[in-house]
Amino acid sequence: METTLRGHAHTYGKNVDTDVIIPGKYCNIVDQAELGKHAMEGIDPEFSARVKSGDIIVADSNFGCGSSREVAPIAIKGAGVSAVIAKSFARIFYRNAINIGLPILECPEAVDAIAAGDEIEIDPAAGAIRNISKGTNYKAAEFPPFMRSLIEAGGLIPYVERRLAEGR
Amino acid sequence: MGMTLTEKILARHAGLDRVEPGQIINAKVDLVLANELSAAVAINVMRSMKGAKRVFDRSKIALVEDHFVPAKDAQSAKLARQMKEFAAEQEIEHFFDVGRGGIEHVVLPEEGLVAPGELIVGGDSHTCTYGALGAFATGMGSTDIAAAFVLGEVWLRVPSTIKVLYDGALQEGVYAKDLMLATVGKLGIDGATYRAIEYHGSTIDALSITGRLTMANMAIEAGAKNGIFHADGKTLAFVRERTERPFVVERADADAAYERIVAIDVAALEPQIACPHTPDNVHPISQVTRDSIRLDQVFIGSCTNGYIDDLRIAAKILHGKKIASSLRVIVNPGSQKVWMQAADEGILKTLASAGCVVNTPGCGACFGGHMGTLGDGERCLSTTNRNYVGRMGSPKAEVYLASPATCAASALTGQITDPRVAELASAHS
Repeated sequence: METTLRGHAHTYGKNVDTDVIIPGKYCNIVDQAELGKHAMEGIDPEFSARVKSGDIIVADSNFGCGSSREVAPIAIKGAGVSAVIAKSFARIFYRNAINIGLPILECPEAVDAIAAGDEIEIDPAAGAIRNISKGTNYKAAEFPPFMRSLIEAGGLIPYVERRLAEGR
Repeated sequence: MGMTLTEKILARHAGLDRVEPGQIINAKVDLVLANELSAAVAINVMRSMKGAKRVFDRSKIALVEDHFVPAKDAQSAKLARQMKEFAAEQEIEHFFDVGRGGIEHVVLPEEGLVAPGELIVGGDSHTCTYGALGAFATGMGSTDIAAAFVLGEVWLRVPSTIKVLYDGALQEGVYAKDLMLATVGKLGIDGATYRAIEYHGSTIDALSITGRLTMANMAIEAGAKNGIFHADGKTLAFVRERTERPFVVERADADAAYERIVAIDVAALEPQIACPHTPDNVHPISQVTRDSIRLDQVFIGSCTNGYIDDLRIAAKILHGKKIASSLRVIVNPGSQKVWMQAADEGILKTLASAGCVVNTPGCGACFGGHMGTLGDGERCLSTTNRNYVGRMGSPKAEVYLASPATCAASALTGQITDPRVAELASAHS
């Protein structure tokens, strides 16, 4: 499991879609770092120049709506972002983020209270979010038990490997 | 309490008597789909999985080259080649190379790879298209697809179902696309997130299979996990013509529990337009045409509206006429078979004579890949499914979504135009 994550917030509105997270023309890129150079380019062209390793994306509802491209969370991770906090996530993005190991947290209260540039600390395992700049604490929604076991097992890949070892 | 159509299909594939919304199940899949982009990542993931040597069933995987085809650059060619080599190594039965398939969601129903009651997952968000034939179908990312390649199973959270009712006859000039744009407008782009949409009503019963494909295709635009129609005589005729494989037709129980029921007023429905920059920013055309909205490009095609019926509608409106000199029109038949059918019917010549460029089947223009990318400040009216910022190219471009009829009518005038006027004109000519 990840230990504590710490970085500054980059804030966005609702319905941040996969086309702005990683525009279609870059979808034939496979390398994570290369994808990271174009993360959020459609909505925030300066993002990759501004983002620092460990920084956190904070967004309103329905983050990651649109396409099933797994390169969307991969690009965010490639840019050095350590976690995404949103009021809610679109379904396919939610699965993809868990599958590739990008920590995501649902917490409307934290989203409303965090301003761009705030320093944030997250304990993903506990769902704890701390706004260091403002001295406030929040608790993210818990994952359903199945998701939790998947995350604790290290993601979908180890889960599949175990199933294969057991002869399906 | 009974089950919805989606719950019935999920229960049977999970080997359970019943399932309930929110329940997590392991379900067997009947088909797993990937294209050269989603397959590229999925293949790498599969190769990294210990013990994963072979796919679960080489007859239950479909691989379609369609996103950057013909390859737009060396990197795209590399991804296509990687998928082709994987298909050969794994002896995948349903591999569609350039020129032998087309857009995945047009190809799979056309080739008889989708039947009622089946469960299909695909590495593309518009996999939900297959709900048109009464299948449960949903899009996933590449790691999930890699898991499905080797296990032949996926984990799913059973969605609650929204029932959408459509009753009455469509006005002249109003099509399935308009019904679905109105639906996305009403539900909102996250109005059906984590939910199933079940389409009902006399309007739906009267709709062609291609119209249903158009509607199921855009279920994801309301955030839905899947969109599904009950199989009827038309469905069975369509599927039986294409496969002899046995399948089980499921029906929702009369006492199924729906999260909510939404009705669309069909009789009063005008052609609809989704304005920039979200697919739920939908307005009736009479409101949109109050301003003159000049266009730089019209696009007709895609997995939403690249079917032969769509091209027939466009050709009828454009027959013997010329598109406005101020714009370009790109037509993209959905598959090689649609392309050939359109050639046989003289449609391609009609469109080309009007000044349209007719492309080879593919996804390129729709997602800003290639073959029709928009530049800064350009405006496009398109039959595709998404109009997010930068969707078709420049983040400074604008995309409006509409039916093939509205697109063809607008191609003649150079601005967004009500097709009911153009259709009237062509009926009298």
